[in-house]
Amino acid sequence: MSDQDTSPRTEWPLWEIFIRGQHGMSHRHVGSLHAPDAEMAIKNARDVYTRRNEGVSIWVVEADKITASSPSDKGPMYEPSQSKVYRHPTFFDIPDDVGAM
Amino acid sequence: MGDHLFEFLLRQGDNTLILSHRISEWCGHAPIIEEDIALANIALDLLGQTQMWLGLAVEVEGAGRSADDLAMLRDAWDFRNAILVERPNGNFGQTMMRQFLFDAYHVELLSKLVSSADERIAAIAAKSLKEVEYHVERSASTVIALGDGSEESHARMQAALDDQWTFAGEFFETDAGDHALRDAGISPLPSDLRAGFNARAMAVLGDATLVIPETTFAHSGGRSGKHHSEHLGHLLTQMQWLQRAYPGATW
Repeated sequence: MSDQDTSPRTEWPLWEIFIRGQHGMSHRHVGSLHAPDAEMAIKNARDVYTRRNEGVSIWVVEADKITASSPSDKGPMYEPSQSKVYRHPTFFDIPDDVGAM
Repeated sequence: MGDHLFEFLLRQGDNTLILSHRISEWCGHAPIIEEDIALANIALDLLGQTQMWLGLAVEVEGAGRSADDLAMLRDAWDFRNAILVERPNGNFGQTMMRQFLFDAYHVELLSKLVSSADERIAAIAAKSLKEVEYHVERSASTVIALGDGSEESHARMQAALDDQWTFAGEFFETDAGDHALRDAGISPLPSDLRAGFNARAMAVLGDATLVIPETTFAHSGGRSGKHHSEHLGHLLTQMQWLQRAYPGATW
């Protein structure tokens, strides 16, 4: 296989799967799978990731539509925030009634 | 009436049992892992439905047999499933076509059985219907994707339809027992399910760019138990060997 390979893609695209476990919670990334289109990706996600009653809602996103930060940028991206404790709102009491935030 | 009811319950439970076993044969062999898991889920759904149908059957029979006895200790001539579901899997396209034809009939039947005069049947149907509505959605979209796919997948799906269409007719075969159950408000006449099945089949197979064979011939012999195909006995030797070799074994 050369870089110039122009044969049609025979692998189905990869989809990233997000599932909401219960109402009020946010969707969480649970894994990925292959499917020919978004509808089949949802069906496959239902069969692969919710067969033990894990979810009430599914999002699917084609993996190559996701733009990710680069690991090599780790220093400038994240290290500056390590020493800034004053950015953490840890001085507030949150009433229990508020629930998951 | 008891005999008719027992026969009816066997037909339901044997369809789901035998098809469940057939689909389970794909476990570890499906073309991709997502389909492998999906097929295993469907096989397990059908097995769960089998437990309910055959569980009620032995209750109605009242002869001290268990659902396991019915599944594992009967021989081919006592099974009442339609011949379509005992046919070998063939290729993946053939399996999905068989699945769609069964699902399209199954969803039609269950959506009537939810209002059965027999509350036990209505309850089983309500629980099963939620599963089967998903089964038919899944098999229909796969049939459409493969039928309206590449030249090769289209040709294979048309061959699968040509091969299996005449076996679907058995689902709508109607005998005196069916009339008795209909008159008692317990189940619909199988022949009355044909129109709904045809409408769905025409819509889905049309979208799949497949042509329904022009024939009214229908294979029969499974649901009456008169003559199954040669495939059922082979299937049973696989499915039942453990109980046959080690009677009463449990784990």
